[in-house]
Amino acid sequence: MRAVITVIGRDMVGILARVSTECANANANVIEVTQSVLQEFFAMVMLIDISSLNMELEQLKINLQEKCPDMTIHVMHENIFNSMHRI
Amino acid sequence: MLNMKDIMETITMIQEDNLDIRTITMGISLLDCASDNIDVAIRKIYDKILFKGENLVKTGEEIEKKYGIPIVNKRISVTPVSMVFAASGGDPVKYAEILDKAAKEVGVNFIGGYSSLVHKGFSKGDIELINSIPLALSTTDYVCSSVNIGSTKSGINMDAVKIMGRIIKKTAEMTKEKQCIGAAKLVVFCNAPEDNPFMAGAFHGPGEPDCVINVGVSGPGVVRAALSKLPKDAPIDLVSEVIKKTAFKITRMGQLVGVEASEKLGVPLGIIDLSLAPTPKVGDSVAHILEEIGLETAGGPGTTAALALLNDAVKKGGVMASSNVGGLSGAFIPVTEDQGMIDAARKGVLTIEKLEAMTAVCSVGLDMIVIPEDTKEETISAIIADEAAIGMVNSKTTAVRVIPAIGIKEGEELNFGGLLGQGPVMKVNKSSPEIMIKRGGRIPAPIQSLKN
Repeated sequence: MRAVITVIGRDMVGILARVSTECANANANVIEVTQSVLQEFFAMVMLIDISSLNMELEQLKINLQEKCPDMTIHVMHENIFNSMHRI
Repeated sequence: MLNMKDIMETITMIQEDNLDIRTITMGISLLDCASDNIDVAIRKIYDKILFKGENLVKTGEEIEKKYGIPIVNKRISVTPVSMVFAASGGDPVKYAEILDKAAKEVGVNFIGGYSSLVHKGFSKGDIELINSIPLALSTTDYVCSSVNIGSTKSGINMDAVKIMGRIIKKTAEMTKEKQCIGAAKLVVFCNAPEDNPFMAGAFHGPGEPDCVINVGVSGPGVVRAALSKLPKDAPIDLVSEVIKKTAFKITRMGQLVGVEASEKLGVPLGIIDLSLAPTPKVGDSVAHILEEIGLETAGGPGTTAALALLNDAVKKGGVMASSNVGGLSGAFIPVTEDQGMIDAARKGVLTIEKLEAMTAVCSVGLDMIVIPEDTKEETISAIIADEAAIGMVNSKTTAVRVIPAIGIKEGEELNFGGLLGQGPVMKVNKSSPEIMIKRGGRIPAPIQSLKN
């Protein structure tokens, strides 16, 4: 099982570090990261493995939002994207 | 890996354009609850609903958390109560009370099925149940009622049409302290679908399995947002194409949730109903889609054509996305539940006559329309007859859910709050249909060939 984390907001020091630390705390393995910085805006999509997660996915989302309060963060199960965009 | 564009598209749909699963509705058959004693029957009904539905709300919430998609309503539909009542007898309102109690215990926000199917005639118990609707809806909170008075195969039962005019008026009168809300929970159908998950018209048809999960998906905001990206001079075929693709994506999400809910609950998945069901929230309006297509105001000339295109494209996209599309599937046009419709009605651009034309091409009918207090029973019956005739001849579902605004002056508005919304009193043609309605009898089923 995998999930997608998206982080959008103003670029600043340590976003990736904070997000990956929270993932590690939740025992989620980071599989892939794509990020782009357009002028001052930062956008990152991270694919994580959640098969041995030690907390609810919802909790991970709450933790991430606490650590990066200025960013828009979404954590969603991979199945949604697969069912919507793959036939 | 999934590409960023797809991911952002999905997130925007949910976060900004109000994409949601509108309802997970569990259909429960009550046929095995019949008994020769009403007390035994209502105990069986209560036990069965609690047994089947106890995990419904919890499962819905789990899926909501897992996928991050809002599942707005969890509901239950049951076998038309008239069938159980015919066998078990007693006071019909007691059945409504037990449904209400069970709904509250299970935690759902509506329970549908205080219903009767009388399109060809009344069987034992039907008239008694129909006469009890005003009392049943005024003494319960969550019970919804529907009556099917016509079908393409059997014609229109004009005796039932006559009665329903009176019942609607009485239901509004008996709930006048609560914004006449009783009438908002009562639907009169022609060609009622047996697997519709949307309220107030949901009931569990007699041809359905013992227990089934039906999922209703919505998302008028998503369709509008997708259309807003089209240039204003794009040809109309392209409009249809965009709606179709969007409907496909929305329905795929419904399918995912439906399959998951069905597995978790151990109940077969019935159908996915893709209906663009508006809510009074900003950005969740079907009228705004019509305006995005290119109308100044919904209800003006061009509305019927735009709605026909929308309804058809939604069905085409939805059918491809799920193997079992059913229910009402299409675009709803409930006036008080749609900010764009409310505005159009206030301006006087949207009239009941135009709405009637729109119902010939949309998925349901005259829905959530506030009518003047002094509208005669016969007039309400005649509105029902007109609407049923459209459904009967065109082999489609039509319905009437009008709310006589008892105690409200012209120019004022009814406000139900929540998903049911609010709306102005709309003008009704005062010419009298009394003699025709008083005739009663049955309009014969229409011919299905020589279609012109």
